Amino acid sequence: MREVSINEIIPVVRSLFIEANYDLGRDVLDAFDRAIKSDESPVAKEVLEELKENARISREERVPLCQDCGLAVLFVELGQDVHITGGDLKQALNEGVRQGYKDGYLRKSACDPFARANTGDNTPAIIHYDIVPGEKIKIIVGPKGGGSENMSSVSMLTPAVGIEGVKEHVIKTLQEAGSNPCPPTIVGIGIGGTFERSALLAKKALLREIGTRNPDPKLAKIETDILEAINKLGIGPMGYGGNTTSLDVFLEMEPCHIASLPVAVNINCHSARHKQAVI
Amino acid sequence: MSVPIRLTTPLSEKDLERLKIGDKVLLNGVIYTGRDAAHKRLFDLIQQGKELPLDIRGQVIYYVGPAPAKPGQAIGSAGPTTSYRMDAFSPKLMELGLRGMIGKGNRSKEVVAAMKKYKAVYFGATGGAGALIAKSIKKAEIVAYEDLGPEAIRRLEVEDFPVVVINDTKGNDLYEEGAKKYRKE
Repeated sequence: MREVSINEIIPVVRSLFIEANYDLGRDVLDAFDRAIKSDESPVAKEVLEELKENARISREERVPLCQDCGLAVLFVELGQDVHITGGDLKQALNEGVRQGYKDGYLRKSACDPFARANTGDNTPAIIHYDIVPGEKIKIIVGPKGGGSENMSSVSMLTPAVGIEGVKEHVIKTLQEAGSNPCPPTIVGIGIGGTFERSALLAKKALLREIGTRNPDPKLAKIETDILEAINKLGIGPMGYGGNTTSLDVFLEMEPCHIASLPVAVNINCHSARHKQAVI
Repeated sequence: MSVPIRLTTPLSEKDLERLKIGDKVLLNGVIYTGRDAAHKRLFDLIQQGKELPLDIRGQVIYYVGPAPAKPGQAIGSAGPTTSYRMDAFSPKLMELGLRGMIGKGNRSKEVVAAMKKYKAVYFGATGGAGALIAKSIKKAEIVAYEDLGPEAIRRLEVEDFPVVVINDTKGNDLYEEGAKKYRKE
């Protein structure tokens, strides 16, 4: 049994959200560079250069990459031999979010669904817990923008449509999203489980590094097939036309009910922000 | 991409008529911010026959909810938000004189038709480039709805604010044309 005080957790969450919003991952920057070389459209190249320059300003001047600093999404892997002391873990995670969004000059985007009144501090955070073996706490943050989230979906497909049906469904989702989710996007696909499980799998898939493939070769093939098909749509960076509509496609799959084929498509903009820490 | 066209607001009919899709434009002068909640409030005022808190004739509205300014900054990161959510309100605002909109993402058929009818233009700014775009905003002040926080209407003074013409006054659409050009079967 290891004791961890909430006072150790709060500053970690605070700093993860600030860093995620200021420091775009190397994998995304490298993907921009590859696309600048490969895209046939001169306009696409210009947009990608702007995105690189934006990331440089953000990192060097310590300002957010995008004014949409996201809803605060956290994945917490809590070791089962950890004993949290000093207070309520959920409150501590929210306090970290509150401090990060205030001290980092990040935009607060959480609001009442009907009154649309802003909660003022970007809480409540969206927290997903996993109880895992061990005595450590791993915290992954993934601030999620609204524009790309709005183009995401969960669908209960008919099992008979199979792999080809799933591919068509995902490609159609990206075609209909068009320029709205700030392409070049990253696409998370969750297949299987239940209605809500598929959505969670899709969200988790977005945490992967660009270029990594699902360890199952059959699923890896589906990822690359879908990516290739999306990039044939011609939408391109910002939708101005080009061959770089998505930077990568990540698929996660679990068994589902004999009657079902849940498919969640979670789209992320190019501002693919995530950071993690282990306490 | 074409050589940028430098324009100063308010935009004249002549300025607007010569713009075509794909044109790179550097905007100068004053533009106003407004997104979901502000549009709803403006629309409600119009329906009640009341006066608007700003004169929108000849003006440009930028769909943005900026991040808070750090000390020394005029404004925090300020890239565009997705425009379709304003579609329900835009034709009415164009009827009242709005001549430019800046955002990102597709507009409805009704909005594109209204742009043709009222000779207005839809500009795209680079989504997700908020830190870069903020550099061309020299001054920002709230002119209405301060309670809306990031959604308040702000008056922005801009210098060489970079945009691309998505929909021109002739009914053309860069998203359609761009995708057509690079689509592979």
